[in-house]
Amino acid sequence: MSAARDALLARAEAVLEDWVRARGETPTQEAVETFRLLALHRQGARGVPSFNACRETCREVAYHYNLLAAGADARTERMMQMLVTHLELFVRGKMQTEGLGEFCCASRPVRNKGERIDG
Amino acid sequence: MSRKPGTERRSTLNKYQRVAYYPGCALEGTGHAYNASTKAVGKALGLELHEVADWNCCGAMEVKNVDPQVQTYLSSRVMAIAVHEMNAKVVMAPCNGCYHNLKKAEYDLANDEASRQVVDRISKKAGHETYRAGTLETIHALDWIKDGIGEQELKRRLKGSLKGLKVANYYGCMYTRPRHIFPEKDRGPGSESTSQPHFMDDLLAAAGAQNVDFPLKTACCGGAHTLSDSDTSTKLVLNILQAAEAAGAEVIATECPTCHSGLEMHQVRAEKVLGRKTKVRMLYFTQLLGVALGVGPRKLGVHENVSDGLALLKEKGLA
Repeated sequence: MSAARDALLARAEAVLEDWVRARGETPTQEAVETFRLLALHRQGARGVPSFNACRETCREVAYHYNLLAAGADARTERMMQMLVTHLELFVRGKMQTEGLGEFCCASRPVRNKGERIDG
Repeated sequence: MSRKPGTERRSTLNKYQRVAYYPGCALEGTGHAYNASTKAVGKALGLELHEVADWNCCGAMEVKNVDPQVQTYLSSRVMAIAVHEMNAKVVMAPCNGCYHNLKKAEYDLANDEASRQVVDRISKKAGHETYRAGTLETIHALDWIKDGIGEQELKRRLKGSLKGLKVANYYGCMYTRPRHIFPEKDRGPGSESTSQPHFMDDLLAAAGAQNVDFPLKTACCGGAHTLSDSDTSTKLVLNILQAAEAAGAEVIATECPTCHSGLEMHQVRAEKVLGRKTKVRMLYFTQLLGVALGVGPRKLGVHENVSDGLALLKEKGLA
C-alpha cells in the first residue's frame, strides 16, 4: 500500500511539474502542509486563476494519501487513483488548449489588449 | 420606475422565498427538465419565482473569452432589469454558469472602475438604467431552498422519502470558484463552503437520501472543452462516473445544466467510443427533491433525462 500511494503521489506531482515547466518556470521543491504537490499547485496557479479548478483535486489526493498512510483499504487506493487520473486529464487537456483561450471557467481574453467590441 | 404587477413584496415571505428568477439559456434548451423541476419544487415548497422579463444570455464562456467586460455588461443587464423593473432584492440563477457570471459581474462592478465605465457606457447606449453593485443579491437554487425553507421545513413538507437511495452530490467547478466572487461562502457554520460544498448534501439528506463520500464533487467535468476536445471531456466524465460508482452511488445529483448534460452525453459516448459502460444515473437535485415532495416524475421532467433515472426511481419504489 505504501509503494502504491507514493507512486500515485509521484504521478500527481509529475503532471504539475510538466505544467510549471511548460510555463517556463522551475518546479518548486518546497512543500505546503507537508505536500510538495500542494506547493506545485500553488506555483502553477500563480497568474492563472482557472488552474484553481484542480485545487480541491490536489487536496483530495493529499487527503487520500494520508488515509492510506493511516492504513485505509483498497477502495481508498482506487479513489486516489481516480483523483490522480482526473488531475492528469485536466492538466493535459489544459496544456493542449493553451493559447486558444482558457480550458475552463475563469477565462481570459483571447483578443489583443485594447481591442474592444463594445464600441 | 414602476413595479411589474404582482411583484409587491409581502411581509410573510422572507427575501429568499420570493425572488427574481433568471433561468438562463440552458434551462430553455438542454436543461429544460431543470427548469421544470425547479419551478415544481418551488411550488411545492411555497417559494415564489418571478422570471426576469426580457432576460438575455449572461455572456457564458464564449463572450467572456472574447471580452470579459462585455460579459460583465450582459450579466449586469439582467440584474438591472431585476432591480429597476421588478424592484427585486434577490435574483436566483439555477445554472452554475449564470450564477458564476452574475457574481463575477457584481464583483467587477464593485471593484473595477474600468468595468463600471464600460457597463455604464453600454447601458446608456442600450437605453436602460445602469446596474450598480450592491443593490441585488445573486443566489443559486441551492441557496434559495436552503435559506428560503431550510432542512427542518423541508422535512415537514415531505410526502415521501429518498430513503435507500445512494447519492453522489456533484457541484462542478463553477459553483465555488473563484472564491473571491462568493463573499457569503466560507463564513462559518451555516454558510456554504468553497472547498467542501454541502448545501446539496444537506437538502438531499433531509429528504432521506444516503449521501456517499465523493471526492470529485467539485472536479471539472470538461464542459467547456466538450466541442474542442470531446475525447478529453469523455475521459474526465468517465472518471467522475466511475468514481461515483466506486463510492457506492446509484445516482449523481447535479445542480448545473452544463455539468448534467455533459455527464449524460459523455456517459453514452464513453460506452460507444471507449467501450466503458457505467450504470450510475444522473438526476437534478430538484428532481430528487420533487420526488420526495410527492411531485410526479413527469412534472419534474425525469423522462427528459438521457440516463434512465425513471427506471431507477421505479426500481427503488420512489416513482
